[in-house]
Amino acid sequence: MAEKSTFFDPNQSYRLEKAKPTSLTADAFRRLRRNKAAMIGAMIIAVNLLVAIFAPFIAPYDYDTVFFKDINGTPTWVTKIFPGMKPIEQGGYVKIREGFLLGADNLGRDLLSRIIYGARISLTVGIITPFINLTLGLLIGLLSGYRGGWLDNVIMRFVDIMYAFPTYLLIILLMSVFRLGASKLEPGSFGYFFSRLDASMGGLLFIFIGIGLTSWMNEARLARGQVLSVRENEYIVAAIAIGAPNSRIIFRHVLPNIIGPLIIAETLAIPSYIAYEAFLSFIGLGVNPPTPSWGGMIADGVVRIQAYPNHAIFPALALFILMFAFNFLGDGLRDAFDPTLRGRE
Amino acid sequence: MGKFIIRRLLWMTLVLFVVSLITFILMRIIPGGPFTGEKRLPAATLAQLNAKYRLDQPLYIQYLSFLEGVIVPKITTGKQSNYLDHEYLINLRLPFGDRATFRWMNFGPSYNSIGRTVSDIFRDNLPISMQLGFLAFTLSIFIGVPLGIISALKRNTYIDYLAMAIAVLGISVPVIIMAPILQYFFGVQLKLVPVSGWGKPNQMILPVIALGASNTALIARLTRASLLQVLGQDYIRTARAKGLIERLVILRHALRNALIPIVTVLGPTLAYMLCGTFVVETIFGIPGMGKFFVTSVTGRDYQVIMGTVLLLAMFLVLANTIVDILYTFLDPRIRTD
Repeated sequence: MAEKSTFFDPNQSYRLEKAKPTSLTADAFRRLRRNKAAMIGAMIIAVNLLVAIFAPFIAPYDYDTVFFKDINGTPTWVTKIFPGMKPIEQGGYVKIREGFLLGADNLGRDLLSRIIYGARISLTVGIITPFINLTLGLLIGLLSGYRGGWLDNVIMRFVDIMYAFPTYLLIILLMSVFRLGASKLEPGSFGYFFSRLDASMGGLLFIFIGIGLTSWMNEARLARGQVLSVRENEYIVAAIAIGAPNSRIIFRHVLPNIIGPLIIAETLAIPSYIAYEAFLSFIGLGVNPPTPSWGGMIADGVVRIQAYPNHAIFPALALFILMFAFNFLGDGLRDAFDPTLRGRE
Repeated sequence: MGKFIIRRLLWMTLVLFVVSLITFILMRIIPGGPFTGEKRLPAATLAQLNAKYRLDQPLYIQYLSFLEGVIVPKITTGKQSNYLDHEYLINLRLPFGDRATFRWMNFGPSYNSIGRTVSDIFRDNLPISMQLGFLAFTLSIFIGVPLGIISALKRNTYIDYLAMAIAVLGISVPVIIMAPILQYFFGVQLKLVPVSGWGKPNQMILPVIALGASNTALIARLTRASLLQVLGQDYIRTARAKGLIERLVILRHALRNALIPIVTVLGPTLAYMLCGTFVVETIFGIPGMGKFFVTSVTGRDYQVIMGTVLLLAMFLVLANTIVDILYTFLDPRIRTD
């Protein structure tokens, strides 16, 4: 690089050195790779992803196979880390079953297998929901910010009203509308198609829609703000001046310039989506049983936490690790792409 | 200022109106009614029940009569009837007339809990949820803010790293994870506190920590960032340059300005605390409002849903309005109009 000479000497001839050009994105990824916490997060997510994809090969049993004789069966090592769980042989109540690595639940299903399959739900939600939210929020934000005027006013006031909704109640209401509404539909109708699609996805589709409908507002606000700041730039004025159609201006000029912060915001929001799904499954409005979801497993296990803490603690740990990983990765991405924000908030 | 407050209050009313309308529509889209349970009732009984609760009337009349009950205050005299339709949440005895009472907010009867009104449910269960919410809120302020301040003042030391590591941990752990783990370790394993229940101070410790943890962490991080930003400002340098002792620089100049952004998140935080109690209440067996969130929706208990949504929305909007007003006092640069 030309850092050796600090002065520009017009009499001297300069040769442009063949430095590898680095784009902003490449720079950002370099910064990201140096961030240890983010890399650990990425690794954990990758492992989770592999586990989720190859669940049928990794899991020792099927997630819904019931072993009647092994209900609440627990391996020895688990009874050792949870001192309250005394085996029957030592005067306690716990059936020792070494065949189940983390134990079996109250219906005699292998906990480990259920946790492995549960990764599928959490990861799918963590990966798909941001896209849905991004699309929804971006469309509304672009419309509001670019079109401006009364439409902007109406949309933003509506966003304000949505913020006044108690989110948890709204999502419970929406999920009930979907779940209970879908059960009364006639075959052939539009809604029926959706409900079949949802059933074929194990109940995930409605979760996506439910989370999407309750959390697009942040994204829309952010997108609108970005559009407003970008819209005044000269290149937009120039594009308008040469008569570019609105669609071209929006998708070629505005969108590429506002997408960065939006993607970062979505990445940071992933843990909250995973928590949403866990919450929905916790209250029984999430995935359809017997599909295992960590939130649902926690809900099932927590009632027996005094006798069999492993039923709730292990899925809770799995959920915790995944959310932690996404948090680390999100923080790292933000720091990498927007170094001015480092250490803020 | 007065104009600003009036405008905010008008806006609040509009928001609550729209919220109630959306809730009403969503509720009625769900097929079935409060009396179409697993056991099928004879048609005549069903018709009578629907007539009794006026569910046979057109939807817009049902909605308007609900609104009327909630909004229009009444002054009643004489002996009160015990009829479920005349149960108001707010009853103020007036100092004149024959037992004159100012009555306001009639949310109507509950369909699922026979013989109880929504006002009854609020009276019995809401205070518990509010205690839990307010305690968690207080915890997040009184732990979060000092933690953030210490962290910012001891920037890039091990104290800072430790505090912020705990904060990241706190943010990453939602209630749904925090509650069972706390319950197991402190309730079952160490037997320091009761596993569940509500009322005694030692029963409150775990639920409050579980509910308040993530917001404590959030506030700690926000305080740290905000204070660090303020400490880099010119007026802090000026304060130091004129020889002010460090404690006063921090307390009088830095902190006062650093806390302004914190105030903005307090509104949503308080609202979250009041609404987000469901999981904590379920796990710790606390008889609060939480269980009605779900049972009222699945049981189509229309009045309870409407009442709960409206009440929580009111808390939310009120909290935000108060924050907005507070904000103009804290930061005179912000104009109210």
